[in-house]
Amino acid sequence: MTGSFYYTFRKHYSWMMMGFLFLLSFLAVLPFFYIVYYVLQKGGAAINWELFTALPKGPGEEGGGLANAILGSMTMVTLACAGGIPWGVFLGICLSEYSYTRVAKTLRFVVDLFISAPSIVIGIFVYILVVTNFGFSAYAGALSLLIILVPVIARSTEEILKLVPHHIREAGLALGFPRWKVIMRILIPGTLTMLFSGIILAVARISGETAPLLFTSLANQFFAGSLSEPTASLPVQIYRFAESGFANLEAMAWGGALILMAFVFIINFFMRFGIFFMKNYYKNQLRGDKQLA
Amino acid sequence: MKNFKLSGGLFPLKRLIDPKELIVPRKIPKDVHFPDQIFSILVKLSALALIGLFISMAVVIFIKSWPAFSHFKWEFFTRSVWDSWRQEYGVLSLIYGTVVSSLLALLLAVPISLALALFLNELAPKWLSVVLGFIVEMLAAIPSIVYGLWGVFVMAPFLRESVQPFLSKYLGGYALFSGSFYGVGMMCAGIILAIMITPTISSISKEVFRSIPHTNKEAVLSLGSTRWEMFKVALLRGGFSGLVGAVILGFGRAFGETMAVTMVIGNKISLDPSLFAPAQTMASMLATQYGEGDEFQLSALTAVGFTLFMVSLIFNSLAVFLVWKIRKRYGK
Repeated sequence: MTGSFYYTFRKHYSWMMMGFLFLLSFLAVLPFFYIVYYVLQKGGAAINWELFTALPKGPGEEGGGLANAILGSMTMVTLACAGGIPWGVFLGICLSEYSYTRVAKTLRFVVDLFISAPSIVIGIFVYILVVTNFGFSAYAGALSLLIILVPVIARSTEEILKLVPHHIREAGLALGFPRWKVIMRILIPGTLTMLFSGIILAVARISGETAPLLFTSLANQFFAGSLSEPTASLPVQIYRFAESGFANLEAMAWGGALILMAFVFIINFFMRFGIFFMKNYYKNQLRGDKQLA
Repeated sequence: MKNFKLSGGLFPLKRLIDPKELIVPRKIPKDVHFPDQIFSILVKLSALALIGLFISMAVVIFIKSWPAFSHFKWEFFTRSVWDSWRQEYGVLSLIYGTVVSSLLALLLAVPISLALALFLNELAPKWLSVVLGFIVEMLAAIPSIVYGLWGVFVMAPFLRESVQPFLSKYLGGYALFSGSFYGVGMMCAGIILAIMITPTISSISKEVFRSIPHTNKEAVLSLGSTRWEMFKVALLRGGFSGLVGAVILGFGRAFGETMAVTMVIGNKISLDPSLFAPAQTMASMLATQYGEGDEFQLSALTAVGFTLFMVSLIFNSLAVFLVWKIRKRYGK
């Protein structure tokens, strides 16, 4: 009798825990909807044409926009990409194609540490190295974004290149291609769509970075005249406006947050689905090959 | 018949050939083409450049923070003072704020993200798992500044008007919930951090759960366990070191998180045990004050940055090591 009670208890306890897991995982995704709702509601109220075309106005004044911040962000992200994408892809090649070398093993560890290092520390590094010598500039901001961008690209490139089946490399080598041609003419073009998706995801990630820009590119109320001047960026501008305590600036901060989040979400949405389909495509291809053999 | 003892028999217990001898190390041919040599040197140079960048980062930050370290020695970590007028700096309260806000975040995030990982891997139907997984990835993709904005304008007023009066009324006697409340403060920072690190912990623990072979789970089930007992024995205990790695990685993320915390923690240097009180973390201190003041204050702030860097290095390398170990054990 006691035994049967114990078994029922265990069964019911298990069901209870399953329900508990369901509730907790529901709780985990709940903030997403809250955040999206509030950003849409408050940011949607602030969105208008002027937000994209005008310079910011002072506290209490009507109107104004984030044109200089948007332009500044785009400038710095572009600069960071110009250096970061080739470097990151090369590192990815090192991690995946030369993975047996000692350099690659060390590199994997360093990339792991870089990805999880606090981004503000990278800002400090750039401040000491560049800003104390040359002053606040778009270059300094771009450099700190680059240091964040490179390891992320390296990691995604490595993972994508490792998806390519080994016999494709061997086929290239068997035809007499040298190794660099196998990598640059077969592997890279063959995975270009996925590589591109990974890179774009990394770019979306750095375009929301605030901490390293706070004291490298600083901020600017106007358009920056050149790349060696302090430059406004969208995340920093949002931060300043949110801390300002004036209603009109706070509304603009929400508008900026909506722009930033829409940018990040749209990119993530399309690229992740792209990667998802390409991965399935590769898996199916692999399965087909096995069936043939 | 002397050779066929019972213990040896046809299948001697001791193997005749050491299995290690069977594994021939794969020889990797040297690059023979000249362009190949150039290419591999280029690739390795780019790798060495990043490694060098990492080392130089540590060195440069350390050199800049040396005046503060050498002046205060260990007192830098044991005093709670930040006075730029008298040039007295000590980071105890910053370390306290960082550790407590991160621990609070872990306390909230670990059960939730483990439950999420278990649910997505084991219970949910495929479509729900894909949809929820996508939402969690989106949660990770939201820039931290947006979290901060949401925290300071939505979460903090909500806490101030609904949660904290309630807690203060019924639990106000305890030091944790004493004092007046403003919405922004340690509690708000902990909750925002918990939301931010949930995707990190759950995605890594999902990987850990996935790397555990199906046969382990089936073995536990075949012994007559219920599903929950199978989760406990095969998954939670089987992947324990990997899960610890995931939690440490989440801790590291909470530790270094800057913008969201800066906006919601209240930015006041204090050692108040109450969760309602505003506080300051190392990262938020840097975000609000770095680059201001004289040379010595800059050095002290850089020392804060160096401490943050080193702590994150230690935690992250520990986490990376643990996650690698579990992947190696199950051969993935």
